[in-house]
Order: sequence, then C-alpha cells, then structure tokens
Amino acid sequence: MIVELGHFALILAFAVALVQATLPLYGAAQRDARLMALAEPAALVQLILIAAAFGALTYAFVVSDFSLRLVTLNSHTDKPMLYKVAGVWGNHEGSLLLWVLSLALFGACAVWFGGNLPATLKARVLAVQGLIGAAFLAFLLFTSNPFLRLANPPMNGDDLNPLLQDPGLAFHPPFLYLGYVGLSMSFSFAVAALIEGRIDAAWARWVRPWTLAAWIFLTIGIALGSWWAYYELGWGGFWFWDPVENASFMPWLIAAALLHSAIVVEKRESLKAWTILLAIIAFGFSLTGTFIVRSGVITSVHSFANDPERGVFILMILAVFMGGALTLFAFRAGALEAKGMFSTISRESALLANNVLLAVASFVVFIGTIWPLVAEMLWAQKLSVGEPFFNAAFTPFMVLLALILPVGALMPWKRAEIGKAMRPLRGALALALALGLLAFALQTGRSALGPVGLALGAWVVLGALIDLWNRAGRGGLADKFARLGRLGRADWGKATAHSGLGVTIFAVAAMHAWAIEDIRVVNVGETFAVGRYEVLLKDATEVQGPNYTSTMAEMVVSRAGAEVVTLFPEKRVYPVQAMPTTEAAIDYGFARDLYLVIGDAQDSGGYAVRAYVKPFANWLWGGALMMAFGGMLSLTDRRYRLAAGARRAPAAQPAE
Amino acid sequence: MRALVLCLMLFASPALAVQPDEMLSDPVLEARARDISRDLRCPVCQGEAIDDSNAPISRDLRLLVRERLVAGDSDAEVVDYIVARYGEFVLFKPRASGTGLILWLAGPAMLLIGGGLAYAMTRRRARPEAELTEAEKARLAELMKE
Repeated sequence: MIVELGHFALILAFAVALVQATLPLYGAAQRDARLMALAEPAALVQLILIAAAFGALTYAFVVSDFSLRLVTLNSHTDKPMLYKVAGVWGNHEGSLLLWVLSLALFGACAVWFGGNLPATLKARVLAVQGLIGAAFLAFLLFTSNPFLRLANPPMNGDDLNPLLQDPGLAFHPPFLYLGYVGLSMSFSFAVAALIEGRIDAAWARWVRPWTLAAWIFLTIGIALGSWWAYYELGWGGFWFWDPVENASFMPWLIAAALLHSAIVVEKRESLKAWTILLAIIAFGFSLTGTFIVRSGVITSVHSFANDPERGVFILMILAVFMGGALTLFAFRAGALEAKGMFSTISRESALLANNVLLAVASFVVFIGTIWPLVAEMLWAQKLSVGEPFFNAAFTPFMVLLALILPVGALMPWKRAEIGKAMRPLRGALALALALGLLAFALQTGRSALGPVGLALGAWVVLGALIDLWNRAGRGGLADKFARLGRLGRADWGKATAHSGLGVTIFAVAAMHAWAIEDIRVVNVGETFAVGRYEVLLKDATEVQGPNYTSTMAEMVVSRAGAEVVTLFPEKRVYPVQAMPTTEAAIDYGFARDLYLVIGDAQDSGGYAVRAYVKPFANWLWGGALMMAFGGMLSLTDRRYRLAAGARRAPAAQPAE
Repeated sequence: MRALVLCLMLFASPALAVQPDEMLSDPVLEARARDISRDLRCPVCQGEAIDDSNAPISRDLRLLVRERLVAGDSDAEVVDYIVARYGEFVLFKPRASGTGLILWLAGPAMLLIGGGLAYAMTRRRARPEAELTEAEKARLAELMKE
C-alpha cells in the first residue's frame, strides 16, 4: 500500500511539474501575477510528492519488501541497515529518484531563499526548474520505474556487491547528485535571464550562491569517491580518469570557472554573455555525466543500466535542453552588453584567463572521455584513452592556472600592472622556488614532478596568505590582526579555497613522484624493508567473518628498531558472490600513509605482499576539504545572506 | 574507478596485479617494465592497465613485456611489438599521429582560440546598456550598500 502511494505520488509529481513548467512561464510573458505565483506552491508540492515517493521506496528497502523488483535485485535481509538504506540509491532507478528529489529540493530552496527576486525572474527560474523536473520524472516513470512489482516475490533478495558495502560509497552518490543537480539552478537562472533579456550585478549575486553550493557538493562528492578508491581498491590509486570520474570532474571544472566569472558580473558588470554560456555548459556537463553514467555508452561498472532505450531518452533530454538554451543564447546574447570595460592586464582579465584555462581543461577531459566513441563511430577504430593521456594533456593547463592564480588574485580591477601585482609576491616566489630546489636536491634520481609540485603548491598557498595579509591594510601588527578578524567571510573563503588548491596540487605531485612500492613474496616470520621502514610478516591466519572468509595477516612495521604500528591487512572471499576483495591496512599519518596489502598464498610457501609508503596522502583529501570549506565560508558571506533575502544560506538546508 | 571493481569481479581468483614471480631481478629493467605496463590496457577489462589487472591475459602481456625487455628491445620496440599483435586498443595514450593528432591538439587549439577570443574581448568597446528603471536602481543601490 505504501509503495503504491509512493508510485502515485511520483506520477502526481510529474503532473505538477508539467504545470510548474508551463503556466508560470506563460504568466511571466503575460505579466499575469496569479499564474506567476503558481510556481511557488507547485515547486513546494513537487518536493513533498517526490519526498513521499522516495520515503516509500526507502520504506520498501528497510522492510525488505521483495515483491518490489528493485528491492529484490538490490537488497538482502542480512544486509546491515545502513546499506539497506544506501541500497535505495545504489542502483539505476533509485539513483534517478534521488536525482529528481535533489532537483525538487533545489526548486523549493529557490522558493524559500528567493524572497526578493523580481516576480517574473522567479516565475521563469521555477518554470525552467519544473521543465527539467518534468523531463526527468518522465524518464523515471516511462523507462526506469522503481515501483514495479514482481508477480512471484522471492524469499530473499540478491545481495549488493560487497565492495560497494562501504560508508564512503554510501555517501558519495548523494553528494555528487546534489552537485550535479545544483548546477540546474545556475542553468535555470541563466535561461530565465536570457528570456528576460537582462543581466546585472543583482542577477550574479543571486546565481553565485547556487553555483557555489553545487560546487561544494561536487568537491565533497569527488573527494569521497577518490578516498573510497584509495582505501578500498587495494593499490593505493586515488584517481583513475575513469569515464564516470571524468563525468563528475568536468562539471566541477566548469562550475569553478562559473564561480569566478560570476564575480566579474557581480562586481564589474562584465563578461555577462560568457557567464551565461558557462552556466549553460556546466549543466550540460551534468547532463552529459548523467548520460555517461546511466546509458552505459562508455561501459564501466558504474553503468547500472545497459538499456539503449534509457540512453536515447537521456540523450534527447540533453539535446532539448542544450539545444534550446544555446539557441536562446544565440538570439539573446547580443542584448547582454558589458558595462564595465577593462584593460588586457587587470583582475577581470586574470579571471578570464582562469575561465579559459578551466574551460579548456574540462574540454580536454571531455574529448578524452568521448574519443574512443568518436574514433569508433567515424573511423571504426578501437582506441583507448586512459590515465597516461590525461596526465600528459590535462596537467599543463592546471600548472598554468596555478602559476597565474596568485598574481591574478592580487591585481586590482579594471587596470593593473604585472610588476605591481608581483611586488608583494616576491617573497612567496623566492620561498616556493627555494622549496622546490631543496626538494630537488634531497631526492636523487627521481622525476622533477615532485619538486615542481612542491614549488607550485607553495606558490599558491603563500600567494593566498599574502593576499589575505594585504587585505588587512597597512599599519601595525595589532591593527592588521584586528582587521583580519573583521574581513568578510568571502575573503577568508577565497584564501582557504585557494590554499586548498595549492595543497592538493602538492599532494597529487607528491603521491605520483615520491610513493614507494614494494612487491614480493614474504614468508611468515620474514622481515623486509620499504623505504625507511622494516615490515615483519608476523602471522597469517584464516578468519571467519559474518558472510566471508578472510586471510588476515599480522604485520609489524618498525623504523630504526622501534615499532611504529601493527597492521592487519586482509584478503576476503565472499562465497555467495565468489568474489575476493582486498582490505588494505593503512596507517594514516601526517606526512605519509603506510599501506599494506596481503595477497595469495604462494605454492612455494609464503604470501604475495604489496607494501607502499604513500607520502602526503592525507593532504590530498585535506586540500579538497579546504576547497569545500572555503566555498562554504564564501557562501555564508554577509552579502549573499542579504541578497538571498533569507534567514539561512542554501547550503544549510539538509541534504535529505 | 569502479571499472576496476568489475575486473575484480570478472577474474575472481588473485587479488594482486603484478605478482612477485613475474618480476625481473634487474631493478632497472623491472622499473622500465612497470612504466611500460602502466600505459598498456588490459584487452578484456574495463579501462584497466595490465599493471593493475588480474586478468590472465594481462599476466601474459606483463610477461611478454619483460621477455622483450630481457631480449634487449627498447621501450618503444616493446610497445610496437605489443601493438602489432593486439592493436592500438591496448595503448592508453593514443599515438599523436593520423586521427590521434586531433585528440592531442584539441586542448592546445582550444587554448589558442579561447585565449584569442578573450584577448579580443578585452579590446572591445562597451556600448551603453538598457537603463534600469528608477525603482530597480534604488533596489540595487540598497543591495550594494549592504
């Protein structure tokens, strides 16, 4: 009964979305206040209905209602409750339901926090949001209905993949979805502004918090996914340039560009058309990401759906929304003349350079991701594009970005001089170069990647600190500290996020350049050296887990005779799925992770063992968290709280 | 990343990629072998290098790479040898020749175009814009004051 109610609520939500997509739009064109006002209750009702549907599906998973096809396929009575609930979105249908739920949540947020939006703009934003909702609800209902029943319910369900039973993975998709879907708000604002034919500083001030919120969610989602891969997959990699990872990375890059160009619109009323275009492209990449993940066009295990019908449907949604928005853009962009002029050397230009580099980087990721598809369609060539390509083709743009970031951040608006902007940075430059040279001198016979990464990272972090220090104005130390405390949260957010980028750059380079790997056969009782550590395989025993058997090793790590830690890496076999997983044992540290993996027992005796020393691994996720936290600081800046006309900032809204 | 999971699922027995018994005793040759095998794709997996893969064919390829290296081939010769037998599909880094050139030049070309457009934008004159109404101006001023 509850399931039927959920199903019904979902159908009703589709009907409401159709109303929300059409009548307010017509009302805005006719200046009909009653029709425009319809958008708000429609958006709220849509949220309530979809939340009810989501609740019904969650209920079915919680009570293990195996008469529901989806529950049978993706759940099992033995599963811990957390993973029963996470199972709701751990599959194609449920994840799309989460998608539309996030969409409705953002729509409702636009109602709650859009108090002082002009009536026509608000009606149009909500109508576009409703249109996206209608498209995806139709997709859900007609091709991927989660509420289908089975005629003959089985006694128990088919378990979820044990590798996917992991907290990192349980929370990774909701964050990514909130990010993807959050960009729909920027898109809706862009399209609404194009229909209105006017964009000004106030528009940028409304649209930026949404982009910021989406970008924060994407940052956290990507970091969670990367962290999961690092500790779960068992070889200590953190980024694989898998099509599905790329699908989340492209919108992240474009959203980062959009954040920066919206500043120019807000402060200088320039780069308007470009900002609108970025908002459209950002959501386009979100849809492309959804298409890649959901259609199975670029096969990977993420592609829960391998049904061409679904792929074609999403492609149509993509074509309609992108085609429509870009057509509108072509007709209206001319009306968006820039007000503020700026010279070739200026803060505006620096932000423009940031935009070009981020957009090009994201384009490189895009073309690399779809290239195998293109090559097969056009030239019937079977090609692969993987990590080595992306490392070579993507990195230069990030290096350029990091090089210009501190200088650009210090430039004044309108007209600047490079020499003047560089003056306060001379110390940072010298220190960064010195650190790089020091690292180069200390390491022997390794690539230049490590020192270069260190110098770049230090340059960005020091630049951000100097920027903050400069903002505190002149005067004595006490004055400066007092003024630092009074700086807006946007200033602190900027410094934090930029430092986070610097830390991430350094950590990525360090992980690539300075990781130590050791693979060998080790007998019980044998000691071997990894870097500066000695590792003793003390024991290896068979352990019986709740639904797996495990080979558990006891390994004692010591350094210069002193014991550092005892780790217990495992190799598990889940008999139901006949699937082995490695449970790496990791000793997390400030400057390094020790990462031990136990493998098969060898015929000749002993075990295959992999041992790694991963330098600065925690800095990687620390840097990502700093970026997200910087975004949050910016989001809670006073001017957005006021501009939103609201009691709270959008990010404060719980993520369902 | 979860593509790797699929490979784990498909090839159920070993849980490690490069096995200790495959490795060459000469550390220099072994390091070269690792570098080469990181750029070669497992032909039957989803986007996994033979260095990470557990598929039997990846093991064969890893052994083949080492065999050629021991026989005195240069890195490029080893790669050519594998490509001649398994096709360009196994290259994770497509060759920058023929149609592959488009892939490699796409980024730099976009940078030139984007940079050029951006430069042109900074040179362009701004035209006056449709004026705000008085009420909107007042509202804007109020917002900006905050």
